Amino acid sequence: MQSTLQAQMSPSPRTVTPTTLGSQVVVQNVRKSYGADAFAKEVVHNCSFTIERGKLTVMIGPSGCGKSTLIRLVAGFERPSSGTITVDDKPVTGPGVDRLVVFQETALFPWMTTYDNIMYGPRARKEDTPEMRDFAEALLQKVGLSAFRKKYPSQLSGGMQRRAELARSMINRPNVMILDEPFRGLDAMTKRLMQEYYANLYDEFRRTTFFVTTDIDEAIYLADRILIMTNIPTQVRAVIDVNLPRPRQVENITESDEANAIKMQALSLLHEEAMKSFARGSKAAADFIEAYSKRVNKN
Amino acid sequence: MTGLAKWPLKAAAFITGEDFWRGIVAVTVFLIFWEIGSRSEALFGFSFPWVGQVPAPSAVLKEMYRLILEPSFWHSAYLSTARVLEGFFAAMLIGIPLGLAMAVSRTFYGISFPVFEVLRPIPPLAWVPAAIIFWPTQELSIAFVTFLGAFFTIVINVIGGAQSIDVRYFQAARSMGSSTFDVFRRIILPGVLPSIVVGATVGIGITWAVVVAAEMISGGGSAGSMGGAAGGGLGFFIWNSYVGGSYTQIVAGMISIGVAGYISSAILRKVGEWMTPWLAEG
Repeated sequence: MQSTLQAQMSPSPRTVTPTTLGSQVVVQNVRKSYGADAFAKEVVHNCSFTIERGKLTVMIGPSGCGKSTLIRLVAGFERPSSGTITVDDKPVTGPGVDRLVVFQETALFPWMTTYDNIMYGPRARKEDTPEMRDFAEALLQKVGLSAFRKKYPSQLSGGMQRRAELARSMINRPNVMILDEPFRGLDAMTKRLMQEYYANLYDEFRRTTFFVTTDIDEAIYLADRILIMTNIPTQVRAVIDVNLPRPRQVENITESDEANAIKMQALSLLHEEAMKSFARGSKAAADFIEAYSKRVNKN
Repeated sequence: MTGLAKWPLKAAAFITGEDFWRGIVAVTVFLIFWEIGSRSEALFGFSFPWVGQVPAPSAVLKEMYRLILEPSFWHSAYLSTARVLEGFFAAMLIGIPLGLAMAVSRTFYGISFPVFEVLRPIPPLAWVPAAIIFWPTQELSIAFVTFLGAFFTIVINVIGGAQSIDVRYFQAARSMGSSTFDVFRRIILPGVLPSIVVGATVGIGITWAVVVAAEMISGGGSAGSMGGAAGGGLGFFIWNSYVGGSYTQIVAGMISIGVAGYISSAILRKVGEWMTPWLAEG
């Protein structure tokens, strides 16, 4: 089964030329704000980072800091207010088949069976070929959903839905895979299983991945590189390389000194940002009044 | 095949189920109270308010049995059913594309919604005089008023259904390479389908309410074709029974409309379940 899958992942004719390792994404001086004038709320502030080719980059930061906004910018659903985002030196102008997003909670189409959901991408691009159907079968096997191919998403458990969604993305062989807190809301046991599942899939396919989470253990277990983000308006606070050998075992990681050192470092940075976030909360009213008075004086 | 093979089992489960017997008990108790109420004059020496004036269910059943053998009654039922179906299918044919267009295009929505919202609160029955003037035949006037009854409900449901589709479905579809037409066909259409089913089920109930009233007001359109007053649809049949002083016939006519409405909604619900299998439980 494994060998067929790998064969399926090798380049084949399609709309976007796949590279074996995926693409390199460069985010440069990106700023994003919503609203206009004095009411403008800056969410992303002068943010720069690189999502390395073939590596798993994990972004972690306090909740509500603007991580999801960055995801939408990289995916092309929204445009930055200033700055540039390039994929293999080509600027991002909109959503594309080369960058696929796996959403928070499930975004499987409720009116399609598991199989039809997985085949959505190929059919959308008129690629409903025997090879693609074989690939879909292989992926169904890989994520353990062969017996559930004819079930609708509402008939699957939370963990199964996430697995189906992973399969639906991977069949498109995206050059960049973007995952927005994909295991959020799962119970602890299912989450851990999903992380192992996912790490397995990644080790097999090794393509550029941008993974957003709020869970530091998940970040260390999966990442080649961790981006620690500041509170809103967000930018990169620190970059930590995780050089633990792959494939990784959860048990080995909890015992390794290196992983623990990374965890302590990351936690203290995240704690600082979280404290700022709390302090900001009480300042919000003051900011609003200030912004309002600016606007009144202008008129 | 498996679905067909299962139906005797399902029917058996239904008859032995709690809901079936609750229904039987409810209807029986209702009929007993009605019967006692109707006979209150003879039983207690005074007439109960309201229900004392209503013919007893036993008399109504006897009348219904007589009507079932009467071709002119069936002709009335046929006329009303035809009008309901004409109006309902016209409302679906025009309402669904219109609702989709309004949901998909901001420009079209901006242009058409104000007019739509002004016309929507006008009760279909308020259209009856205008419809009689504007349409060449009375048959068309009644069908038009019936159409209005379902039309607005269906359009509003389609717009609401399309607007409540999760934006992430569109983002997911687009990032997997869907064209605009593909998004329409594989995301918007199935996404709206449950709302269309709801709109249709509610809508056909309204068409029954409207067709009967329209027949009463307009005098039943092509009345008299079957000899006598009973040719003008169930609405005219009831009105005519009232004019003729046959109270059992009024109630019998009312019940037959209730049954017809129930059957229409039940059929639509079944069709709806069949068209939206992903909403089934388990």
